[in-house]
Amino acid sequence: MMTILGIPVQALFGQLLLGLINGAFYAMLSLGLALIFGLLNIVNFSHGALYMMGAFVAWLLLNFLGMGYWTALIVTPVVVAIFGMIVERTMLRRLYKLDHLYGLLLTFGLALIIEGAFRQLYGISGMPYAVPKELQGGWNLGFMFLPIYRGWVVVASLVLCLGSWLLIEKTKLGSYLRAATENPSLVQAFGINVPMMVTLTYGFGVALAAIAGVLAAPIYSVNPLMGSNLIIVVFAVVVIGGMGSILGAVITGFMLGLVEGLTKVFYPEAASTVIFVVMAIVLMIKPAGLFGKRS
Amino acid sequence: MPEPHILLSVKDLHAHYGESHVLHGMTFDVPKGEVVTLLGRNGVGKTSTMRSVMGIVAKRAGSIRYGGVETIAMPSNKIARLGLAYCPEERGIFSSLSVRENMLLPPIIKPGGMPLEEVYQLFPRLLERANSQGTKLSGGEQQMLAIARILRTGAEMLLLDEPTEGLAPVIVQHIGEIIRELRKRGFTILLVEQNFHFAATVADRHYVVEHGQVIDMIPNEDLTANMDKLKTYLGV
Repeated sequence: MMTILGIPVQALFGQLLLGLINGAFYAMLSLGLALIFGLLNIVNFSHGALYMMGAFVAWLLLNFLGMGYWTALIVTPVVVAIFGMIVERTMLRRLYKLDHLYGLLLTFGLALIIEGAFRQLYGISGMPYAVPKELQGGWNLGFMFLPIYRGWVVVASLVLCLGSWLLIEKTKLGSYLRAATENPSLVQAFGINVPMMVTLTYGFGVALAAIAGVLAAPIYSVNPLMGSNLIIVVFAVVVIGGMGSILGAVITGFMLGLVEGLTKVFYPEAASTVIFVVMAIVLMIKPAGLFGKRS
Repeated sequence: MPEPHILLSVKDLHAHYGESHVLHGMTFDVPKGEVVTLLGRNGVGKTSTMRSVMGIVAKRAGSIRYGGVETIAMPSNKIARLGLAYCPEERGIFSSLSVRENMLLPPIIKPGGMPLEEVYQLFPRLLERANSQGTKLSGGEQQMLAIARILRTGAEMLLLDEPTEGLAPVIVQHIGEIIRELRKRGFTILLVEQNFHFAATVADRHYVVEHGQVIDMIPNEDLTANMDKLKTYLGV
């Protein structure tokens, strides 16, 4: 059997793939968080719960309405985004002028309520969600076995992240968004309905989390706690990438997934802490994050 | 009803920032096609008046009518769509947008705005630097950009807040030429100025502001005759 640095190649690539998949989820979630923080000034602690809701809505659609994976991939983000936009209109909107802490407290509370509700209804054992039949099986790449579904998750995440980045950096709509992130009252004084844009942006960030939830359902099973397991790491990713930096969030997400995967190979004991070690080091050297601008 | 040629009519306008009461019954009219200035010392409420007219100051009371439409309770995006465009004192150039994106940012609100090619004829430098980051321009260029980008939107009335502040005399002169050119093209302009020598070269009438109120109105042709009075008002 081939080895690199004494590690079997199969194990190395297997862990790298796992890392890449985790990274795909980190990237999708931290992209939404960065977008929301930039425009709304809200540290959205409910992001993990909304991701979990995405997985649950897909599961509910399948089990109660017979809607399959591909339909769920479209319907779920719409449903969860509508929920998010109602929250924005009725609650978050009142906090924009206050300290970040209030937004954090409210969204943390919301996360507890959402998670508690699903735990009450469905317990914590987790429900299986089958891999869609088009994506079952895998390819033997010679050096490793690649389950098709996992490859699909990585590709889908890359496409979503790249698409979001292009939308924000290269379109007219994106220029409104960037301008409103800098100076919302002036953009509104030019005749643009900024409050509406804020609601839609929140909806978009939430929809990304929900899509991530649907993509995760066949991999991690559908569990009310799946969001809170992830959210702390995702916040570390956002901090490392630089609060509010879209590209930073995406690149850091994938990078840290890989770092985590590699750590699992070489020193498994540190796998769950390595991201926070990286965070501490980055904060010491570049307090604004790798891609952040000094405020 | 206001006289038909009055485009903007402000009556007994009060405004608050949090607890502090900054406008105490501002009253003035801006006739269509004129360049009107608000003159006054620092902190008397000139900028607050502009921000109230644009609807950026949330706590405002009294009456602001634009083209006969009451705007006192409107959100600022609706006010802008009536035909007003704003060039803030701090210029408001967006650093995450290129010069071109800054130029194209304000949406077209009405037909009849200045075509983009004509805007670039007035400000050729902005075309040369179209791909630069907005805030990489010099102060004078940023001021030009802040004025240029509101000309193509179709707004009939421009609110220019201290467009000459901190700029070299030659650029101030250039801005003066542009304001006279804009007046010729039919724009109505409300101008905030501290520099009344500059104001005298572009404006039709001047309102003197003190403590959040208009205390006097001087037509431009009477400015020389009233110079002593004006100097007392402005404390120069």
